[in-house]
Amino acid sequence: MARQEIMTINMGPHHPSTHGVLRVILELDGEVVVNAIPDIGYLHRGVEKLSEDKKYLQVLPLTDRLDYISSGTNNLAYILAVEKLLGIEVPPRAQWIRTTFAELTRIVSHLLWLGTHAADIGAVTMLMYTLREREDILDLIEETAGTRMMMTYFRPGGVVNDVLPHFQTKIKTFLDKYDVKVYEYERLLTKNRIWMNRTKGVGVISREDAISLGLSGPAARASGVNWDIRRDEPYEAYDELEFDVPVRTEGDIYARYMCRIDEMRQSSRMLRQLIEGLPEGPFIERSAKYVYPEKNRVKESMEAMIHHFKLVIDGLAPPPGEAYSTIESPKGEIGFYIVSDGSPKPYRLRIRPPCFVNLQSLLTMCRGNMLADVVAVIGSLDIVLGEIDR
Amino acid sequence: MTVNWNRQNFSGEDPERHPAVLALRRDQASAVLEVGSSCGEVWAVVSPEGAVEVLTLLRDDPALQFDFLSDLTAVHWPDRAGAEFNVVYQLYSISRHHRFRVKVRLAEGQSVSTVSGVWKTADWLEREVYDMFGIRFEGHPDPRRIINPDGFEGYPLRKEFPLQGRIRW
Repeated sequence: MARQEIMTINMGPHHPSTHGVLRVILELDGEVVVNAIPDIGYLHRGVEKLSEDKKYLQVLPLTDRLDYISSGTNNLAYILAVEKLLGIEVPPRAQWIRTTFAELTRIVSHLLWLGTHAADIGAVTMLMYTLREREDILDLIEETAGTRMMMTYFRPGGVVNDVLPHFQTKIKTFLDKYDVKVYEYERLLTKNRIWMNRTKGVGVISREDAISLGLSGPAARASGVNWDIRRDEPYEAYDELEFDVPVRTEGDIYARYMCRIDEMRQSSRMLRQLIEGLPEGPFIERSAKYVYPEKNRVKESMEAMIHHFKLVIDGLAPPPGEAYSTIESPKGEIGFYIVSDGSPKPYRLRIRPPCFVNLQSLLTMCRGNMLADVVAVIGSLDIVLGEIDR
Repeated sequence: MTVNWNRQNFSGEDPERHPAVLALRRDQASAVLEVGSSCGEVWAVVSPEGAVEVLTLLRDDPALQFDFLSDLTAVHWPDRAGAEFNVVYQLYSISRHHRFRVKVRLAEGQSVSTVSGVWKTADWLEREVYDMFGIRFEGHPDPRRIINPDGFEGYPLRKEFPLQGRIRW
């Protein structure tokens, strides 16, 4: 006898596969998902409100803590918006260093995604392997920026300090190892029968739905949306790099997996070009009046001292106006919309969070699938709750 | 010279030459209140009544194809009597790679029609604007708070909302 009851179950906010504190209210018909309502806000810290009371440089560390897995791209998106407001030109060396770190954090993000996504589906070994490679990059970031995860390394006009002399050799050594490892990851998963059964044809989203729902990043490219901000609206050093944008048309979990794996290879390709062609020159635009003077000059020169003092006390005040700057983060399109009223604090700072918008398509992907597939779909969306709740 | 409107650091062009502004002046002239640019990004202020028609036109016009709603947010200007809120739509075209910004000025308590029928992504974005600013979107399918809990009082991103010390716990 067929029963027509709909059962409601609560998944999260402490479920291990929700990558933080996501709660999903699932309505099930037997084991088939009829409705999935995400309930978010458990990690809300009011970053947008807080930044209205902070000076522009004080906002920068807050942006690290949005998507805490890839802090580099968050910093970059914010800094680009501030630079647009201020009208600062950035020296080429600074642009290349920033691009290098943006790509390094992209690899970090994709590694962590791959490990946790595979662990969600049952291949727990992956996590051990990917964390091992992630550690190497975090060491590199620590050497240069001083911290491992929250780098806060970029500044309006450039970066805080120059990279170390052995920076390029270290990245090259890492990449030689990493390129082999990506093949090893693929050997474990790509043709794995269980993996393919769990991911192929599951969580499908069409191209039209993906665009209308605002999907961006690898999740959109897996549905046939041929769009990458790095290629289509190049910022920093991306217009001088040669790379491909992996696009797939299936729109299922497997396609999203393959897109990200291909992106990991493209990031490696970009990094090789970036360390080859790193131009000489200043790493920060010192002549701009919004940039801190060199620390040694502050001790010797009166003008530098006054300049430093004014910047610390008053802060930098962009002219009234507004700027919206978006870049390609590992998760999708991250954007910062800053409205300035001429004061040293942003009048309004809006973060366009890729994970928040991507999560909205969860229902479209889950409806009609099994309960166990919800975990796989959430993993394939690559969400970070710090950015969804802000 | 063809103008490349997609460059991130583009500046110094007349906003009236932006293809979206040309199309709006041609087809929806009565709804457009003001056109301007800031940091090289072109924006248009449209009337609340004509907002949905304007946005639908921008999405469907074959020369514009703003098929992607990048962001929807609001700005609170408590000093501007009669236009306390700006609702800001950031549009992007995936095929043409250009951007455009549409603003709607609203008075306190005034509402604007939802665009969740034009772009599905507006559903959550409008819920967030309601949650943070208290702006209502007429015809929204699910007008609930999204980030703050359902019983929350006040709208945090309004300027009068204090940063701390509102309730004694």
